[in-house]
Amino acid sequence: MPTDVEMRSFTMNFGPQHPAAHGVLRLVLELDGEVVDRADPHIGLLHRGTEKLIEYRPYIQSIPYFDRLDYTSMLCQEHSYILAMERLLGVEVPERALWIRTFMDEITRIGNHLLNITTMALDCGAMTPMLWGFEHREKTMEFYERLTGARMHANYYRPGGVNRDMPPDLADDIRAWTDEFLKFVDDMEGLLTENRIFKQRTVDIGRMSTDDALHWGFSGPMLRATGMPWDLRKAQPYAKYEQVEFDVPVGSNGDCYDRYLVRVEEMRQSVHIIRQCLDKMPPGPVRTDDKKVTPPPRAEMKRSMEALIHHFKLYTEGVHVPAGECYAAVESGKGEFGVYLVSDGTNRPYRCKIRSPGYVHLQALDYMGQGHQLADIVAIIGSLDVVFGEVDR
Amino acid sequence: MIDGILSVAWIVTQIMLVVGPLLLGVAYATWAERKIIGAMQLRQGPMTVGPYGLLQPIADGAKLFLKETVIPSGANRGIFLLAPMITFVLSLIAWAVIPFDYGMVISDINVGVLYLFAVSSLGVYGIVMAGWASNSRYAFLGALRSSAQMISYEIAIGLIIIAVLISAGSLNLTEIVLAQSGNGFWYVFPHLPMAVVFMAAILAETNRHPFDLPEDEASLVTGYNVEYSSMAFALFFLGEYANMILMSGIFATLFLGGWLAPFEMAPFTWLPGPVWFILKICLVLFVFFWARATLPRYRYDQLMRLGWKVFLPFSLLWVVLTSGFMVAFDLLPA
Repeated sequence: MPTDVEMRSFTMNFGPQHPAAHGVLRLVLELDGEVVDRADPHIGLLHRGTEKLIEYRPYIQSIPYFDRLDYTSMLCQEHSYILAMERLLGVEVPERALWIRTFMDEITRIGNHLLNITTMALDCGAMTPMLWGFEHREKTMEFYERLTGARMHANYYRPGGVNRDMPPDLADDIRAWTDEFLKFVDDMEGLLTENRIFKQRTVDIGRMSTDDALHWGFSGPMLRATGMPWDLRKAQPYAKYEQVEFDVPVGSNGDCYDRYLVRVEEMRQSVHIIRQCLDKMPPGPVRTDDKKVTPPPRAEMKRSMEALIHHFKLYTEGVHVPAGECYAAVESGKGEFGVYLVSDGTNRPYRCKIRSPGYVHLQALDYMGQGHQLADIVAIIGSLDVVFGEVDR
Repeated sequence: MIDGILSVAWIVTQIMLVVGPLLLGVAYATWAERKIIGAMQLRQGPMTVGPYGLLQPIADGAKLFLKETVIPSGANRGIFLLAPMITFVLSLIAWAVIPFDYGMVISDINVGVLYLFAVSSLGVYGIVMAGWASNSRYAFLGALRSSAQMISYEIAIGLIIIAVLISAGSLNLTEIVLAQSGNGFWYVFPHLPMAVVFMAAILAETNRHPFDLPEDEASLVTGYNVEYSSMAFALFFLGEYANMILMSGIFATLFLGGWLAPFEMAPFTWLPGPVWFILKICLVLFVFFWARATLPRYRYDQLMRLGWKVFLPFSLLWVVLTSGFMVAFDLLPA
């Protein structure tokens, strides 16, 4: 028998048009039978040059770009950019605006986790959680629409506050929805959490130890599933996270199942936070008085020359941010979403570097997928929670 | 001469009488599936074409019929076109031995069970040929999975059938049904564990959720039939659903007493036997749809593990138990 037969692995092109590719992921898989030898993610199919575009826009005009990075955690990303700006500007944010930001971040997180958990279940073959979950995801988008005017791309946070106050009955409706939503979470868990097939598909699949996860730069639920209670909302609180009570759920194995469990529990904690915010929120202004960043009211412009000048400067040049640099990170649904902003004192950022969690998590796919089967790769991609808007930027 | 022609004409009529309603049943099985799964998923299912979407399966069929059959340039044309035909024909010919009522069967052969078993085992050839001839890697993997997993559940099916045969004392399907007569003495009750295993095995046999690995949408797109379009695809589709109905029919015959009414008394015997048979088929089909709406999908090595390490020893044990019981209490049929 000849011994020098060249063994070639079965190379398969997975995506970019593949139902489990979660957008435009292209994986080149080298398979030995169905066992994956190498998973090589090719990214960049959704690259839009966001960071470069931001350098050519006045600060305020860049806010919508952040909605369009990870299009499932829109306001969390705006929050990061706005935080960086506010730190450079040194403006005070009114209480009410901070509360609004806190609970909107949590509604965003629920929407994000709903998308991720249910599509991960779909990748494992369970169809129904997605159709149940999207009904509630739709409700979160309705709240978005009522508050910000847009279902997804909110463009709502502003340096020194938020764009406008809440509609009068929104708080009650959100409170009523939270009860309904907790019931849904129980129902969904009934389909998945103790389901033997789901556990067989996810337990011990794509395991990461805490050390590995830290070395690969993991954050968010991916890191917490390995057992490390690292949450930016606790570690370096922003907005009103210091004044609300919540737990940081952690896993123990760092496998797909633990990531799922962590996300489910985070949704419950988010509901807890939302309720506290709605209870504690004081009435008052939602935007700072600093006319260097906030346009004056229309009526005042008719009386005050100063207001007219401010208006003119803001709408022709935009906000001037003092020279300096700053990194601001928030805990988005997917992990640490950070913005590194360098200002040269003009009305446009000199540089804006975006740290997106999905990009970091995706690079560990090959490491996590070693020796697993093709169907496990699909489950791992599902548990990574990647959205290509932020990976490719 | 005339007699010969007449008998052929009678056979053809019989076949038409089975195949015609069967194809209609297939069409409306797709509709029922979409409606049932829709209801389970808090949505309506098809509602646009006709009242309650009742004409939807007709529209789907007409659409597929009018499409162009695309044959990939690297495909092996002959085998590529043969594969869906095999799948479809195999799903139809098995009906020859299924009794709809006493004496209402196209061919009352006394090895009916073996014939069914042989025909359903051949079904994998359609999939393997389709996967190989498509010259596509997804389809190829689907075909590999199908051939790898096939034996694991078919051995269990065989052993379960043996347990039923020991109880009935015949390989003839009509006699198996008759052996279950008498108020509700269906084999589903004494053989309940085997009925459950058999249900799981026929889910695997028909490549249905949670064992639809050859067409695993999440990892293989649609697996073996990814390159198929128009009527070639429709034949696979019809074949899959006809197979589901067939397997439900086998389940009803072996475990639910075929055409027999549950109790041999007034309100139950008003319905004729074939109606009972169809109702039982619908019941089993509902389980098919129910499983699809609720369960995640196995990985293919997990299915094989399930087949070899759970179903096989369990059904073997059951055969031993059944025969031991029959011998000990001297219940063996003559």
